[in-house]
Amino acid sequence: MSARGAAKPPSSDDERFKRELVVLIPHLRAFARTLTGDPTAADDLAQDAMMKAWDARASYQMGTNMKAWTFMILRNQFYSEKRRSWRQSQLDQEAAERTLVAVDDPEAPVALDELRQALKTLPEEQREALILVGAGGFAYEEAAAICNCAVGTVKSRVSRARKALQATLERGGYARDGQAAGDAMRAILGEADRLSGQRQG
Amino acid sequence: MRRKPDEGPALEEARLRQQAIGVKLRHLFDEVVNEPVPDEFLDILRRADDRRGDGA
Repeated sequence: MSARGAAKPPSSDDERFKRELVVLIPHLRAFARTLTGDPTAADDLAQDAMMKAWDARASYQMGTNMKAWTFMILRNQFYSEKRRSWRQSQLDQEAAERTLVAVDDPEAPVALDELRQALKTLPEEQREALILVGAGGFAYEEAAAICNCAVGTVKSRVSRARKALQATLERGGYARDGQAAGDAMRAILGEADRLSGQRQG
Repeated sequence: MRRKPDEGPALEEARLRQQAIGVKLRHLFDEVVNEPVPDEFLDILRRADDRRGDGA
């Protein structure tokens, strides 16, 4: 049994690593949420990824892109867990649908929810590429490293995702009661006008 | 920010729509980024620190 007093003092590298890791937690949570679609599962995933990153800190090169490195860990964790528990997928999907529908944004009651729904209709690899580049602030090269694929592949996935998303929003290509087709896109355009008006005015 | 007129209104419209979707996409992501981080995350990291001390 180890004596309490024998604890090694934390090294300055570890402290710095930890500080940077803490800053990334909100981003890891957001990326996990887009992958799982379920807040609880997303936080479990983000916590696992955070611990994996902490345990692997010796292999991280200080000063390189820690955000991309942790996103890669989180993504690998997500897919390896998914392979293990594929039988759960139907249940997870149902939970995700309940959660996504329940989420409410008072500022944009229609637009955001519609976008969430539309995102779910995208193939997984297109969705993650679009999120990384379109929302996560990653360059194509960084997203390619995170997804372990070629830069050209990321570019084409993002481009296909954008087209498909727009088509879905214009067509209303998902089940939703009380909404005419095309309303989603109109809501999003209206919202964008309002936001850009705020910025300019 | 007017585009060249020969590109046509359809292309202009498509660009506008993609731009709007991009804005919403970032909004969707940032919404989660801006949520307060549950205490659990920091607790887990703190415990990891203790574990390292014990293992040394």
